[in-house]
Amino acid sequence: MRGLLPPVLGAIGFILVWQLAVILRVADPVLLPSPAETARDTWASLVNGPLAHDVGRTVWRTLLSFVIASAIGVPLGVALGARERLYRAVEFVVDFFRSTPASALFPLFLVLFGTGEATKIAVAAFGAALVILFNAAYGVMNARRTRVLAAKVMGAGPARILWDVLVWEALPQILVGMRQGVSLALVIVVVAEMFIGSTDGIGQRVINAQMLFESGLMYGAIFVAGALGYALNLLFLLAEKRFVHWSGK
Amino acid sequence: MNAISPREAAVSVRGLSKAYRGQPVHAGLDLDLRRGDILSVFGPNGCGKSTLINMMAGLLEADSGSVLFDGRTVREARIGYVFQNYREALLPWKRAADNIRYPLRLLGQPRAKVEQRLEQLVAAFQVRFDLQRYPYELSGGQQQLVSVMRALAVEPEVLFLDEPFSALDYETTLSLRELLGRVLKENRITAMLVSHDLEESIALSDRVLMLTRRPARIVDDVPVPLPWPRDAATLSSPEFVAIKKRCLDVFTASVRARPEAA
Repeated sequence: MRGLLPPVLGAIGFILVWQLAVILRVADPVLLPSPAETARDTWASLVNGPLAHDVGRTVWRTLLSFVIASAIGVPLGVALGARERLYRAVEFVVDFFRSTPASALFPLFLVLFGTGEATKIAVAAFGAALVILFNAAYGVMNARRTRVLAAKVMGAGPARILWDVLVWEALPQILVGMRQGVSLALVIVVVAEMFIGSTDGIGQRVINAQMLFESGLMYGAIFVAGALGYALNLLFLLAEKRFVHWSGK
Repeated sequence: MNAISPREAAVSVRGLSKAYRGQPVHAGLDLDLRRGDILSVFGPNGCGKSTLINMMAGLLEADSGSVLFDGRTVREARIGYVFQNYREALLPWKRAADNIRYPLRLLGQPRAKVEQRLEQLVAAFQVRFDLQRYPYELSGGQQQLVSVMRALAVEPEVLFLDEPFSALDYETTLSLRELLGRVLKENRITAMLVSHDLEESIALSDRVLMLTRRPARIVDDVPVPLPWPRDAATLSSPEFVAIKKRCLDVFTASVRARPEAA
């Protein structure tokens, strides 16, 4: 309970500063509504408006691209990590596209997948897959040599060493990659919802609210997006603690 | 001085050679390990003790020469190996008991047999801590004991021990050494120990091989006819002290003979 106090105080402080800015009329009220108004508009949109549906769509797209990214990135990363020479050969390409802003790839993916749902999910999956692949490969390559030797001396062949040792050794790093991957997927999905022909999603709601001067809803949608990112990160941190209980010990 | 007939040898090493970057570490080493014996290898730092044990256990490729277990290669033999670094040798995602079961499962043994072997080991080593815990929940001595039990699970023809106690405190080392010596002798297990601790090399072996600096030659083959079981009192017996003195003299002479190039 004690650990909860500082973040709560921080959040209250943030709202107070915001309220103060409203009182002091730092900005036009149309551009900067009060916290109470923002909360009211957001709640109304969640209950009666489109916001709940938008959140659902964004979560669905993010999870779908994350699942696709993991299904590709984990096995490919483990396989490449197990053959270090091969990974070194493709490392530059992986690093290059991992460093390329995904938004720069939108036009290319539009050409490849059209203006529908598939493009948003494909770009997000592409970006997340590279992050996951990179982490999985490094997890395998950094496996403790002694553990591999121990399995070898007990008579484990290459396949058993891969399944019984390397995958487990890489698991902490794989989960770190997945956590980074899901965050990245959310970022790309939200941006894609703004700019790639969308009718729903949090990104779409933010940009729509901005164009219609529904400032309260705009701020609310931004906060919802933030809460979503925070929750996904927290969820994966908890999963890491639960599934890799031996990490760091 | 200690002629070992081929029938008696559990392992025969012939003409083993290994070089690192053109520097020979071993140049045509011959060595026989008598069945049921515990052999320890002692020599100056960097003389290639670990290289030797790793080549014999098949963890390191030799440049030339052969290591035969009763005429078979290490791949065809059943061996056990205890690493110095138990923390990195055990599988931390498996419980201690599952670590011990693992080599038996690799051999595809039926569950009942695996459990029976585990119980035997628990009884032999008088294990009093909970094997359902994960390795990181155990003390260093307990973890290394689990490593030893894992290595012995498959009833190996030869057990290799690479500095098994060097990461443990003296008290733990003494009690583990006594325990291990008793179990190895009661079950007539052939073992080879590499240690940088002369006292340990003698206390836990039937025979000490003294190596020179690289390229390693065997300068002395010291029998250790002290009675088993051995304990802390053995370390102060006149026979032990005499053997230790002989080894120390050989060691000092071999270290002085060839000063290390700077």
